Amino acid sequence: MLSYAFKRLLQAIPTLLIVITLAFFLMRVAPGGPFDGERALPPDIEANLMAAYHLDEPLPQQYLRYLGDLLQGDFGPSFKYKDFSVTDLIQQGFPVSLEIGGLAILLALALGLPLGVIAALKRNSAVDYAVMGTALAGIAIPNFVVAPLLALVFGVILSWLPAGGWNGGALPNLVLPVLALSIQQIAYIARIMRASMIEVLGSHYIRTARAKGLSERLVVWRHAIRPALLPVVSYLGPAIAGIITGSVVIEQIFGIPGIGRYFVQGALNRDYTLVMGTVVFYGALIVLLNLIVDLLYSALDPQIRYDD
Amino acid sequence: MTSTPTTSAASAAGDSLGREAWRRLRQNKAAMTSLWLLGAITLACVAGPWLTPWGLADVDWNAFGVAPTLDGGHWLGTDANGRDLLTRTLHGGRVSLSVAVVATLVSLVIGVLYGAVAGYLGGRVDNLMMRFVDILYSLPFMFLVILLMVVFGRNILLIYAAIGAVEWLDMARIVRGQTLALKRREFIEAAHALGVRDRKIVTRHLIPNAIGPVIVYVTLTVPKVILLESFLSFLGLGVQEPLTSWGVLISEGTDMMQTAPWMLLVPSVFLALTLFCLNFLGDGLRDALDPKTR
Amino acid sequence: MSQPLLEVDELCVDFALPQGTVPAVKRISYRIEAGETLALVGESGSGKSVSSTAAMGLLPDLARTRGAIRFEGEDLLAAAPKRLRRLRGNDIAMIFQEPMTSLNPLHRIGRQIAEVLERHRGLRGRAARPRVQELLEQVGIPEPARRIDSYPHELSGGQRQRVMIAMALACEPKLLIADEPTTALDVTVQAQILALLKDLQRRYGMAILFITHDLGIVRHFADRVCVMRQGELVESGETAALFAAPQHDYTRMLIDAEPRGRKTAVAEDAPLLLEARDLRVSFALKKRLFRPNAYFEAVRGIDLSIRRGQTVGIVGESGSGKSTLGRALLRLLDSRGDIRFDDAALDGLDASAMRPLRSRMQVVFQDPFGSLSPRMTVGEIVGEGLRVHAPELGHRERDIRVQEALRDVALDPAMRHRYPHEFSGGQRQRIAIARALVLKPEFLLLDEPTSALDRSVQATVIELLRDLQRRHGLTYLFISHDLAVVRALADTVLVMKQGEIVERGDTETLFQAPREAYTRELMRAAFLDDDAA
Repeated sequence: MLSYAFKRLLQAIPTLLIVITLAFFLMRVAPGGPFDGERALPPDIEANLMAAYHLDEPLPQQYLRYLGDLLQGDFGPSFKYKDFSVTDLIQQGFPVSLEIGGLAILLALALGLPLGVIAALKRNSAVDYAVMGTALAGIAIPNFVVAPLLALVFGVILSWLPAGGWNGGALPNLVLPVLALSIQQIAYIARIMRASMIEVLGSHYIRTARAKGLSERLVVWRHAIRPALLPVVSYLGPAIAGIITGSVVIEQIFGIPGIGRYFVQGALNRDYTLVMGTVVFYGALIVLLNLIVDLLYSALDPQIRYDD
Repeated sequence: MTSTPTTSAASAAGDSLGREAWRRLRQNKAAMTSLWLLGAITLACVAGPWLTPWGLADVDWNAFGVAPTLDGGHWLGTDANGRDLLTRTLHGGRVSLSVAVVATLVSLVIGVLYGAVAGYLGGRVDNLMMRFVDILYSLPFMFLVILLMVVFGRNILLIYAAIGAVEWLDMARIVRGQTLALKRREFIEAAHALGVRDRKIVTRHLIPNAIGPVIVYVTLTVPKVILLESFLSFLGLGVQEPLTSWGVLISEGTDMMQTAPWMLLVPSVFLALTLFCLNFLGDGLRDALDPKTR
Repeated sequence: MSQPLLEVDELCVDFALPQGTVPAVKRISYRIEAGETLALVGESGSGKSVSSTAAMGLLPDLARTRGAIRFEGEDLLAAAPKRLRRLRGNDIAMIFQEPMTSLNPLHRIGRQIAEVLERHRGLRGRAARPRVQELLEQVGIPEPARRIDSYPHELSGGQRQRVMIAMALACEPKLLIADEPTTALDVTVQAQILALLKDLQRRYGMAILFITHDLGIVRHFADRVCVMRQGELVESGETAALFAAPQHDYTRMLIDAEPRGRKTAVAEDAPLLLEARDLRVSFALKKRLFRPNAYFEAVRGIDLSIRRGQTVGIVGESGSGKSTLGRALLRLLDSRGDIRFDDAALDGLDASAMRPLRSRMQVVFQDPFGSLSPRMTVGEIVGEGLRVHAPELGHRERDIRVQEALRDVALDPAMRHRYPHEFSGGQRQRIAIARALVLKPEFLLLDEPTSALDRSVQATVIELLRDLQRRHGLTYLFISHDLAVVRALADTVLVMKQGEIVERGDTETLFQAPREAYTRELMRAAFLDDDAA
């Protein structure tokens, strides 16, 4: 198990390297330099700036330098937020993003799983149709539509909750962004859980469990839930990626100071180091979380062997 | 059981699986309603902009930020610049739907070719090709697409290509899985035993049998693609003026939602309705083509 | 005994489907006394499993029942679900046809057995362990102390069925319902499981309700037999009496459906048609990216020769390499060693060099559902070979040839515009035969062509094959795990095990006096040793 985890970690390295390399060279082939937009700088000052940021070195050298800095957790300086390094910005933003994203995935599981199980147990009943119809709506309405609508209804019209802002992470400020971020995932998880639960309930080993005289509650809890969870667990990777991507717009809409917002602002301001830093950071995060999901899966399913 | 035909003696001509699937689909009210609605939305987006009295950028100097009304001629209101919202939404629909069609086609072509080649050749080639897909899978593609848009500027052709290039992975996996499974089926072996040429086996046996899941997956890819484009546009990274798309309009509407909520609602309803119908249709097609899963 | 252990009284079960109500079982009655074995026999769709599923209270929700099922006088159909759960696994236990999927893949087998003891005996955790271990030992699981902590996927199919039996026996039930418990297993494993059941029945004194389609098993296993057909019970009686003098036509037909007849051998000097020398086939076990693959040799140096007009039978259990051998002979798989067909060397020929020969050597596969392309009409399927080998034929002439071939296999040519899913298993197999015959081949590879069919359908297909051989002078290579069928059709038999031929000879000699221990074991398992009538 441990050696398997280690092996998977090693496999993640080339993936990350691809992300970093792609991001780095994409930036460098981009037309224009980082200091173009501002008023024309005197040539000697620009040369000084270039030297200070090592932009005067040959490209391969810059690439290696960037890799070396990355290894030390240094993403370089931000071009627009003058007094901050990208690392500073990520360090400031990440806890906020983590809180929202983490709560969203927890909420998605806490609501999606039971809804899926209930729909499966009451298959083809009014409850099932209601849950699945709502889920389809949840999938069809994108989070960047849900978020402003939530803000409009609960923030502006009803004034129950703040329509935006962070306020140091106070609970009322958390509710709407977390809800907006998780709705789509709740819907997906409920659908996947329902489908896999129905399949498991029709399986031969559930028939065996009933033939043993177990109560329906035990049959469901002990024999059906865990195997039915497996497809949901393999969906967690995409779900996490979806929530991370979604957090970019949600932070934008609700004005939350997470890295998603830095990313969008960086992109719009052509703050190349910041964009690249966030992309690399997100890439590493997604790769790492995928690894954790895979390990979780193999812990749940004894049929997975570690020898390959 | 005897060897005489026990099937109903209604007609000598049998029902192909395709015709049976179509019959099952027609019985699915939700899917059929979705199909009609989608047709109506598409027609409106294609023909509508010619029929409305306003152009995409026409400003009605008498109507800035007018709410939907039947009298002023602005059925769905105007935006803060006095532009007719219905016209703009239909124009936006053209862009969103064209991205959906083109990007889905790009993903379809790449995915089907890649998947079919990997599955049909099998062995080491397959192994190598699928490892590559695995690596691509774990890349944070969404962010690379955004990076691409940032670097190369917002260009609708780039959007087509970038989104298509992101979405082909699932298609490739599905087609490969189908091809591998079909290759092991005995009717393919029987065709080999008859001496049927490889090319014919692919066109006559493999493709017709793999087409069902591909159709279903295409219907499910279209909403994903529309969503992706709107997402980029919403962030201000998609199409730019003078073009507009549903994502752009929703983004504009979000900014104005306190004073002109219809600016958010109108494009949102169009987008959500389209996605809703496509998902319903995809589900319906899956049930119709593979009744076992119901 | 005044009160039977189980009494099924005028039981009717209907399934309320959206299309309407479909009767599954129509007013059937039977009884089982304590300690006896009753066999419920029928073909697929006869409703033979419905009454026992009803007794267990495991019918799907859309089933509607009338009548009564009394267990020790208590009506199970009227009993509360809670009461039924007390009985299930405790007084009435059940084993199923699907050993591979009947155990929960995520739980250790020891825990799954202990669960029954926990539910009905209140034994928890460690307290159940000695009893579980004892049960595993009784059902013949090697190293029970270690195996108790295994997961199902670490066991073979036969072992999993043993675990199911251990689970069923845990509370020493009065009635064991065995629903086709050996159908998915190889014959030798089947024999072991049946012997185990008999032995355990003696030890525990339980009654067994044995549900099967296999008359061979019934004859050796059951005290009494009930024959079912289309939801009705057509005949019942003592096993020996019923087999000796079946009263109902259907029973007679079933018994007659046991493959009969023998093939007369061809002349010693008949010309050789197909010959193979030192034939070997290997598969890459694990495809590795940069290292050489690991190989498994499925066929290990086989010599064989088939004369014109002969039927050579190959028997063996799953994994013996018999199907691989057949495919390699037709060059559907890569192999090493010489293959000659009618004096032309086949080995090393590429696809285009093989093509002209393909019309002379054809194949019929086992799976009547997988061997016809679902998207083509029957006419297109049968005519496809003509497109390749007789491209000069026009549409009309091809159609005429297709109709001829369909008539040849006793199918109505008017059905050629239909699609395969509209046909039954037996009809599909006839279509597959027509597809081969339309090319007028000399040699036909028959790879388990009757194994997926009910016995009565099987008999008609065998008759058809025999008739076609006579009329067209065909040569067959007949691959099967079913010794009775091979015996009826083949004049020479090869017995395969682990990729090698362990014994060969002409059919009668081999069946009368098998030399090898493995052949004898196969025959004993197939109940052919004692009724060589």
